[in-house]
Amino acid sequence: MPKQINVALIGNPNTGKTSVFNALTGLNQKVGNYPGITVDKKEGICKLPRGVKAHIIDLPGTYSLNASSLDENVVIELLLNKNDKDFPDVAVVVSDVENLKRNLLLYTQIKDLEIPTILVINMSDRMEYKGIQLDIPYLEKELLTKIALISTRKNKGIDQLKALIANYKELSITPCLNASEIDNTYFDKLRKAFPNQLLYKLWLVITQDVNFGKIDRNQIDAIDSFKTKSKADLKRLQQKETIKRYQFINNTLKKGQTIDLSSAKDLRIKLDRILTHKVWGYLIFFTILILMFQAVYDWATYPTDFIDESFASLADWVKDTLPDGAFTNLLAEGIIAGIGGIMVFIPPIAFLFLFIALLEESGYMSRVVFLMDRIMRRFGLSGKSVVPLISGNACAIPAVMAARNIESWKERLITILVTPFTTCSARLPVYVIIIGLVIPEGSFLGLSYKALTLMALYIIGFLTAIFSAYILNKILKIKSKSYFVIEMPSYKIPLFKNVALTVIEKTKTFVFEAGKIILAISIVLWFLASYGPGEQFNNAETIVRTENASLSEVDLDDKIAAHKLEHSYIGIIGKAIEPAIKPLGYDWKIGIGLVTSFAAREVFVGTLATIYSVGSAGDNEDTIKSKMAAEVHRNGEKVFTLASGISLLLFYAFAMQCMSTLAIVKRETNSWKWPMLQLASMTIIAYLAALIAFQFLK
Amino acid sequence: MKVTLADIKRGQEGIITDVSSIHIPLKLLEMGCLPGNSVQLVQVAPFADPMYLNINGTHLAIRKETAIHILIEISNA
Repeated sequence: MPKQINVALIGNPNTGKTSVFNALTGLNQKVGNYPGITVDKKEGICKLPRGVKAHIIDLPGTYSLNASSLDENVVIELLLNKNDKDFPDVAVVVSDVENLKRNLLLYTQIKDLEIPTILVINMSDRMEYKGIQLDIPYLEKELLTKIALISTRKNKGIDQLKALIANYKELSITPCLNASEIDNTYFDKLRKAFPNQLLYKLWLVITQDVNFGKIDRNQIDAIDSFKTKSKADLKRLQQKETIKRYQFINNTLKKGQTIDLSSAKDLRIKLDRILTHKVWGYLIFFTILILMFQAVYDWATYPTDFIDESFASLADWVKDTLPDGAFTNLLAEGIIAGIGGIMVFIPPIAFLFLFIALLEESGYMSRVVFLMDRIMRRFGLSGKSVVPLISGNACAIPAVMAARNIESWKERLITILVTPFTTCSARLPVYVIIIGLVIPEGSFLGLSYKALTLMALYIIGFLTAIFSAYILNKILKIKSKSYFVIEMPSYKIPLFKNVALTVIEKTKTFVFEAGKIILAISIVLWFLASYGPGEQFNNAETIVRTENASLSEVDLDDKIAAHKLEHSYIGIIGKAIEPAIKPLGYDWKIGIGLVTSFAAREVFVGTLATIYSVGSAGDNEDTIKSKMAAEVHRNGEKVFTLASGISLLLFYAFAMQCMSTLAIVKRETNSWKWPMLQLASMTIIAYLAALIAFQFLK
Repeated sequence: MKVTLADIKRGQEGIITDVSSIHIPLKLLEMGCLPGNSVQLVQVAPFADPMYLNINGTHLAIRKETAIHILIEISNA
């Protein structure tokens, strides 16, 4: 079997690198993690001519090899470590025809590492529109490489790129320019001290705060002559290096690229005049947000209800078809009810990820960052905090990771701490079911009360995040250099393939990750609810029959089931915590939901599904919702009223019930201090808010 | 008085003459914010901060506090 060719895709953000990756690998891709850190590792297989296969890694986007974030470190670490199993045989630098000048900076740096490098110039379909002409043979000669002029949008040039990858051995590995000219004496010394190392590699090691396996920084620092360079001197040299690279690039492009501005059309200016306008800009942004919530609640209800009912019928079918027994009950009440509780997530989550993917892909998200920066700064956040705060509406985990783009540590820390207040999709099933139960029908200005309540919950989450940020900004005494740079990419119509792949990938990960926990907890719950200690549980039938001799057979069955549940193991646990949650308006069944959803909030609905299916006798086609609506306290009052419903909604809005988020926050902040602070303060706020709401409304 | 990037008005164009490398992040330099390159103000957010710029063909936004460390020469009014 021929060896696979290792290919690394490298490029600036917004160059369509991911589109190139998708075009090369199609559905043969998977997303994992780099060991020890939470940077997404995207890899895939691409079939090349003559049966050769290429293993392609899509590295995080970076503007240069001078890393300023964890994601960018991944790029350098891989390119400097020849022993890494993913070390590329060939690097593919993806550039965008409109920003060639800036994109080539990274290209010249990678060439200095003496790795065979192919230059991809993407978005060639926009050349005519922008009045750009390229002299490819000239550029290939000056840049010492082969160029693939492609358009992922029009699906052009991909085969040429595949052919270039297959023939990577023919590529030159000579650098384009001699960067060591910026300080000859210094680089000469370096060369003499480490004769076997690549000079540019040494330079990168010296200027970064990263450790790279074999070459130890301290080893370099230990040699006296290199101590003479202070941090400021090094930075000055880096600036010199950058200027030198740009000189080379400018000279090359002067001959290799002609731009006829008169034939260039600029949609960007026209769109930005409206989309970043002082008034219209904000109006449009809020309209988009409202549309998003309407979609998540109203449009997603139809598929959600369908899935919910389908699983309820499936559970009944299993009960009817299979012989009675513990296994059938476990399957119907534990496993199927549990899986159903996961599947109802799919529509709203997919809608949310769809919106976020569209905002990112179109280039609009950067405009939101621009519009919001000044406002967010007053709360100790950055304009870039908007991205985590919006993605937090899908899931706090990627959102906390998205805070990595924030340059200032203080702004980043505050963003991480407050992001879990935003309404993640795991809260959504809880919200949807409670709102469906307690909020009356009716509409206001064309929006249903239910949709409005949901929107209010999103707003409450967001405002709490902002308000907490304001307080944290006052309390936290952290000095950190703050600066803010964001690229404003040109507007693009999102590529269907990219958006679809993102939505599928994210939804799948979410459902499987959450699904594992939910399923496991559902099974444990079923056991705890189906068995119990002592007389009360084991002789439930006799006890209930003697107490209620006059009841009909059907009512009696219900009473027996309820009696059993109350005296099962789970009933005992629920009863134990009831005093603490009674002032919030909850009974012991909800208490169990709170306990199990401590690890992950989405477990709540699954838990109630299991508890109520166990609790109701006979076969009926009831869904979780109708079972909950029928639920009454011992005194006959309904469990789910407006007061207890709102109290529950608020509890879920504020409480930090997500182990995964806590783990991510620990990783991103490198200490248990911050996640523990988050957990404690959010739980206290949740309890108080729920308490006040119930006491006022009841 | 020295003219900095913070003084530029909408529609004006300028040439960067000097950047104070201690105050300016390397990332900004790498995006093309270097002496000799042209700069144009595309749009400002409320309170004229941040500033949406076109530097050497790259569109980016920076805060005013960063812009005051970039010296420019205004080339047209």
